[in-house]
Amino acid sequence: MMKKYPLEFRVNGKKFSVEVRPNVTLLRLLRSLGFTEVKSGCEKGDCGTCAVLMDGEPVNSCLTLALQAQGKEITTVRGLGTMENLHPIQEAFVKHGAIQCGFCTPGMVITAKAFLDKNPNPTREEIREAISGNLCRCTGYQKIVDAIEAAAKKMRGAR
Amino acid sequence: MELKEFKVIGKRLPSHDSIEKVAGQTKYADDFGLPGMIYGKILRSKYPHARIKRVDTSKAEKLDGVYCVLTHKDVPHNAIVTRFGQTRAVGGFEGIFRVLAESKVRYYGEPIALVAAETEEIAERAIDLIEVDYEEMVGVFDQKEAMDPKAPQIEEGKSNVIARFKIRKGNVAKGFEEADVIVENEYMSQFIDHAYLEPEAGVAWVEDDGSITIRVSTQVIEHYREIAHVLGIPESRVRVITPKIGGGFGGKEDITVEYYLALLAWKTGRPVKIVQSREESLSFRSKRHPYKFRYKTGAKKDGRIVAVEAELISDAGAYMTLSPWVLLYSTVNAVGPYNIPNVKVDSYTVLTNHPPSGAYRTFGAGQACVAYEQQMDEVAKKLGMDPVEFRKKNYLRKGDTMANGVEVLNTVALSETTDRVLEALGPKPKPSGPKKLVGFGIASGMSSYGRMIFLHDTSRSKVRLELDGSVTIECGVQDVGAGQEASLCQIVSEVLGVPLKKIRIISGDTAATPIAGTTTATRQLYMSGNATLKAAMKVRENILNKASEILGADPAELIIEDEKIKKKDGESISLRDVAVACAEDGIELFCEAQFNAPFGEVPDPETGQGRVFPDFTFGTVGAIVEIDTETGEVEVKKIASAFDVGTAINPMRVEGQIEGGASMGIGWALSEDVKFEKGVAKAQSLAEYIVVTAVDIPDIKSIIVENHDGLGPFGARGVGEVVLTPVAPAVINAVADALGRRIKELPITGERILLAIKDQV
Repeated sequence: MMKKYPLEFRVNGKKFSVEVRPNVTLLRLLRSLGFTEVKSGCEKGDCGTCAVLMDGEPVNSCLTLALQAQGKEITTVRGLGTMENLHPIQEAFVKHGAIQCGFCTPGMVITAKAFLDKNPNPTREEIREAISGNLCRCTGYQKIVDAIEAAAKKMRGAR
Repeated sequence: MELKEFKVIGKRLPSHDSIEKVAGQTKYADDFGLPGMIYGKILRSKYPHARIKRVDTSKAEKLDGVYCVLTHKDVPHNAIVTRFGQTRAVGGFEGIFRVLAESKVRYYGEPIALVAAETEEIAERAIDLIEVDYEEMVGVFDQKEAMDPKAPQIEEGKSNVIARFKIRKGNVAKGFEEADVIVENEYMSQFIDHAYLEPEAGVAWVEDDGSITIRVSTQVIEHYREIAHVLGIPESRVRVITPKIGGGFGGKEDITVEYYLALLAWKTGRPVKIVQSREESLSFRSKRHPYKFRYKTGAKKDGRIVAVEAELISDAGAYMTLSPWVLLYSTVNAVGPYNIPNVKVDSYTVLTNHPPSGAYRTFGAGQACVAYEQQMDEVAKKLGMDPVEFRKKNYLRKGDTMANGVEVLNTVALSETTDRVLEALGPKPKPSGPKKLVGFGIASGMSSYGRMIFLHDTSRSKVRLELDGSVTIECGVQDVGAGQEASLCQIVSEVLGVPLKKIRIISGDTAATPIAGTTTATRQLYMSGNATLKAAMKVRENILNKASEILGADPAELIIEDEKIKKKDGESISLRDVAVACAEDGIELFCEAQFNAPFGEVPDPETGQGRVFPDFTFGTVGAIVEIDTETGEVEVKKIASAFDVGTAINPMRVEGQIEGGASMGIGWALSEDVKFEKGVAKAQSLAEYIVVTAVDIPDIKSIIVENHDGLGPFGARGVGEVVLTPVAPAVINAVADALGRRIKELPITGERILLAIKDQV
């Protein structure tokens, strides 16, 4: 049995102190801690369903070792907004019909958040480029692009 | 009672479950666990065709943390007869399916043994400790080669050809004599994976009374019957629940992990979870049937088609499962939405040493469309006619007779959908540079909605008005994300005047919800939509009768909207008060209703004449592509899709289907390929199996045509599958137009394009 190492990090503002083996991915750790909104679609970094923010930067949690999160702040889709108080990006996904099966949605929303933080006024082409690492098999991406475009507009207005 | 002015139907309302999904609340199959849960893993064959000489599980059993190791000897009914139809079993195409391999394996990855252990890691180590001695056998990996009587037999002592169908309409010999041109071609379609984002997963446990519950991502909860049969226990002692499904597309129509979960839970008494990896999903799960086609078409100079002769051969993989029925769909769809007097179709499905092929969005209609729509362009070319004009001359119309001798009963709006597509695309643009080629392609297609009528399909749904005026729907639909539940909510909202936020739907549970049949065959809106409408109308009738007493008005004079029952003069009473009044008087505030599809018999096997489907949905897709002749890269510049959906219950969701279907069809034409080599999948990750990303496709122009004469609620037709049917051939035809020649191998990769350009020079 591999040795376990201490890890302290925060998820959606809450502090966690755990012990993990060095081969455990951040994806597996987050899911075992109950953050099942972080989805596992391939565990090879090909699909983007497991995307989370690590200190504001998007990462595929399946390609990130849990121990790399030492001292970091992780944000999942549940950290952005709640059912009663959705983030503008989440609200736009709902309004524009950007969600079908919903399995890609948490990763897609996280990627959109990281992107709009850097580029608050994107073109549709830039949005497509930004989400090109997140696969969706249901929607053909169009309503996701619509949603991100609309969210960007709303968030610009709010500034 | 007629509902003419819609308040909710036809509105772009967000689905009721999109908020929970976007907030990360939805618990998919793998997002659920129970105390004391252990983990299952599957030992899979290392050869595509081999005898099993010995299986030794003793070392695995001794490993600490292992709860059980199972082989076929531990399965009460390991060899089961696969039949088709959850409602009515239709004979003639029974196949033997083995839960775990016995004396031989028939495909690479076939399950041989199961392990349940304390952790996934221990289960994996135990799998590695199981010893299997194989004696490799010669395999067969091509459906045409497998038809040879000398080919290795997959089910020993039996022909590999497991089903064949025929269509005989008119006299093709006479038709070809009358023809001015005859065009003959061969086409193919490749192995395609569903590539849903959620791999197959589930949890099973034993209830206090000893019965088994399986919570699994499935399009067919009614498999509980087969699971009970494998375990040798009554059907009433197996319960299947499906949570929200992370994509299905037909890939979760067959049983995935249910047998393994049930067996491991039953043997250990512990809750057991199995989650398949992406590699397992890509390598071993069912795929879209590859086909080999031969088409011969005769046409007159004026563009009228006089005869079509077609041969279709599909690769069923190593077990029969759904292959005969997929083949029947292809056969009935073989000449597409065209009025052709003389038709001869011969179709075959053949066992090989590939993983079992299975259901995949369009269920065989899409492969047929890939062939007949390429052939339409080739015939137009030979006639020197515009492919659009040529199609228009031959489109089916209401009242025409289809290839299977059945009259078209409802509108076929193909001329309109085609015109709308042309208008949306505009003229073919000039190439963007000297090394670029531009092409335009069009394809029309059809797909049935509702199951084959000889299955005598039914669906049940229950609507219950609560005493505070809110509503509960109970219906056993499986929601794959296309709005299966949401459409039912919208129907009830319309009929009972209750806002969506006050409607709750409970779905997908064989023990708790009325059986609503499979989420397959584009049937849920049609079947469960009609059942739910029927139930809601009964509740509405009871409410209106009570309200008419209270308000002193004729029930026919009353309207229900905004949670009120209103008289024409404006006097009203709240739905809640009427509900309370009904309850006091013992008037039923609920109804469980059943909807029956039209029932029929299996068509004549020698002629294929006879109705197979309740109805079809028709439409057209057009594409403009640009090819870079230096890299071989194809860019889809524009794509437009138009379908007559009857009535759009929710146009936003219909567009979502059209857009998703378009992206899937572009992948089919240009990039997706599981690529089996000697039975082993070469694409084992989503880096190697290329589905389209957001940058690979343009904005899709969705065009919704509504003729309001479908068989679904409020005149709706099903759209879930047909939106994919003509997409790949439209793109393929556009590439052929650009290149001036046709590449008949799919997918049309950059490499194939460069080779074609090189050949031409």
